[in-house]
Formats: sequence, structure tokens, C-alpha cells
Amino acid sequence: MSEWIKLKTPLSKKDVSTLRAGDRVLLSGKVYTARDAAHKRLVELIQSGGKLPFDLEGQVIYYVGPTPPPPGKVIGSAGPTTSYRMDPYAPVLMEKGMRGMIGKGSRSDYVKDAMKKFGCVYFAAVGGAGALLSKRIKASKVVAYEDLGPEAVRELDVEDFPVIVINDIYGSDLYEEGIKKYQKS
Amino acid sequence: MMKKIAASTIAQKVRDLCIEANCILSSDVLQALERAEKEEESQIGREIISQLIDNARIAREEMLPLCQDTGVAVFFVEMGTGVFIEGDLIEAINEGVRKGYTEGYLRKSIVSDPLNRVNTGDNTPAIVHVDIVPGDELKIFFLPKGGGSENMSGIKMLTPAAGKEGVIDFVVQKVKEAGSNPCPPIVVGVGIGGTFEKAAILAKKALLRPLGMRNPRPDLASLEEEILTRINNLGIGPQGFGGRITALAVNILTHPCHITALPVAVNIECHAHRHKEIVL
Repeated sequence: MSEWIKLKTPLSKKDVSTLRAGDRVLLSGKVYTARDAAHKRLVELIQSGGKLPFDLEGQVIYYVGPTPPPPGKVIGSAGPTTSYRMDPYAPVLMEKGMRGMIGKGSRSDYVKDAMKKFGCVYFAAVGGAGALLSKRIKASKVVAYEDLGPEAVRELDVEDFPVIVINDIYGSDLYEEGIKKYQKS
Repeated sequence: MMKKIAASTIAQKVRDLCIEANCILSSDVLQALERAEKEEESQIGREIISQLIDNARIAREEMLPLCQDTGVAVFFVEMGTGVFIEGDLIEAINEGVRKGYTEGYLRKSIVSDPLNRVNTGDNTPAIVHVDIVPGDELKIFFLPKGGGSENMSGIKMLTPAAGKEGVIDFVVQKVKEAGSNPCPPIVVGVGIGGTFEKAAILAKKALLRPLGMRNPRPDLASLEEEILTRINNLGIGPQGFGGRITALAVNILTHPCHITALPVAVNIECHAHRHKEIVL
């Protein structure tokens, strides 16, 4: 397995170009949360020519709807949700500068094509490890769509947030490669 | 003499059940993960399972939910004929869910309408299945069911000619299609027989059986083993990164069915397999 690569957000084109499927990365800096309902609104806003609630250039979107923070904590449990539900929206956000996505589960071919075209990587965090992952989140504030509750857009400050590159900008896919190694007919 | 149970007692017990089930991984699942960590061949797979065990420890120690998806609240209730509930059973369960999900800082993941999609704000309504059984006990099984794995589930109306092989192929096919999406290593609930809706309910109910406990019918126990082997040969592995352990268990329930039919339903459950029961 690869050594951990440390990266700060926002990601540059160069950061993204050095990453390969299977690389393990510790992300620090700001990431933005969005899932189904927020993606729908962000894309509708872009299509109607509106101004986004945050600048997408170089940003990483984390597909997560955390549990509410108990007293004394900045956030509750906060692991990734399944990514393919965001597939219809992802290419539009890539075109606006999004350079990374964090989720779990495989993406559609058209999303992988858009990743190559626009220079965006897809990371997975460990699904179902929300309590463990919450330890790497140092601050959280709602920046848009508060009415969506758990689906609101939050700005998170993360420190050494552990992810693994599933799809790089060269067309490799860790899920496909991993299965090939272990499948028995 | 009827045994009287106040609705308020049920609501309080359900509140506690919601919080405990979401924060404390039951011992059967923890043991299955510990066993999987030993058996997994891939290094990254072992590392992931070790993180899941760590996650369970942190969740228990800090009473944080194991997973941010604290699920749709599914209940299977077995109500003894000798039980009299003072009040409304379904409302009592919903009151318990409302309190548990609010006071326990659990995520509210239910929208009031599948098309208009406005969050109800308290994770109600629960999905409640009630069976009337002999005796004077009220048993409440709780299964907070995550959406990611639920979405990977499916049903097929096979015909009798498809037989056992048809059932195996369909279950394995569903797991293969699900791939990395439902947070493997998964638990697979399978309902065979009954009708269209009965098979689906059986598949979910099968998830209530503790991991490590096989079907009491030897032929079904061996079918569970056979399907598990086929699934683990897919190579999906923990989180879909490739590996030996794609599923922790396959649990089957069956029911008599029509001479034309062989319904089979597959309910996929993530490794954060939260289930807990209480008896009143």
C-alpha cells in the first residue's frame, strides 16, 4: 500500500495531476458538504445563471449528511454517503472548477469521462466509519440551504482527513482493479 | 387476565432503543468483524475492518452514532394475544422515535412525501410491522436501516423451474451489481416464497437473526453457506477495494407460496448492521 500523501485544499491542477488510483491521501483545509437536495439546488442555480454560495474553484465536495453535534462537539458522526446519486450533477460542478469529490461507491462512465476532461479526482472515505471520521473534522458551519437540515451545505475544516483515490484523471478505477485481484470464477 | 402495558412505557423504551442501537454495535456484528479481520487476505481490507472495529469503540465510548445515516426506523413487533396496550401502539412507537432521534442527536432522514421531499424533522413516521403471537409478551425488534444499502436491494418473481440455482444466481447478481455502494462487508437478508410483498418483508426480517446463527433447517443453512461462498468469491471485499470478505453473513427466511411462483427478495445491509430487541 502507498504511503500517505498530505494535501491542502483548495486543490491545484498540479495536485490533481500527481494523484493516481489507490493513492492514500490526508486532506487538510476546507471542504464543502453537499448531497442530493443541495446538488439539485446548486445545479439549478448554475443553469439559471445565479451566483453560487461559495467559490467552487479548486474545491472538494464531501458527500455527507452528518448527525447533529452532541453538546461539546463540533459535529456528529460524519462518514460518506453513496456517490452515484450525485452523478447527474457532478459534471456541471466540475465545469465550474470543482477538483475533488469525497464519497463511496462507483461512479458512472460519463462522470469518469468528465473527471478526465475537467481535471477532478474522486476520493472514497470509509463508509460506515462516521464516528472515527468525525475526529478529523475541526469546525463546521452551515453556508447555504439551512432549511435542508442534514442536507444543508456546510463548510468543514478538516485535518488529515483520510481518503483513498478511486478515480484519477487518467481513467484508472481502484474498484475495478481491486476486484480483479480477488475474484474467483 | 390481560397484561397491561402503557403506551408511555413503550414510547420511553423505544426512545432508548433508538439511541442504543445506533451507538452501540451489537456483539454478534463485532465478533463477525473480528473474525473477518483475521480471514481477510487483502492488506487494505484488513486495515479497513480494523478501522470499523475502532469506529465501533469510539461510538460506544462517546455515544456517537456508528454511522451518520441513522436510518429509517424499522420495527418488527410481536404482540402476544395476552397483551393489552393502554393507548395507541403505532403512535407510541413514533413518539419514541421522535424523542430518541431528537434527544440522542441522531440524523433525521425521512421526507414526508417521496416526490415533494420535505424533511419531517423528527425521523417519523417509523415503518412498523406487527404480528400477533401467542403469549403475554410484547417484543419489539428495531432495525435502523441505512439508505445506501437499502437502495441496492431487489426482488424478482422467479418461476418454479428456476429452482435453487435461480435463487442463488439472483442473490449473487444483486450483490455484484451493488459492488462498493452498500458499504461492504455486507449482511444479506433473503426472503424466498410467499407473495411479492411477503418475500420483501421476509428478506428484511431475516436481518434480525444474529450473525453466526445459521438457519435451523439444515438444507437452508447449507444454502446460506453456499450463497455466502459465491458472494465472497466475487472479490469485492471491504469497501469494494478488492478482497475476500464481501459479506459477513447470508440469512434466509422462507414461506409457502403459490404453485406458479418462486418469489425471491434480497435486502442488503451494510456492515454497520444495527439491530436490537426489547421484551416488555
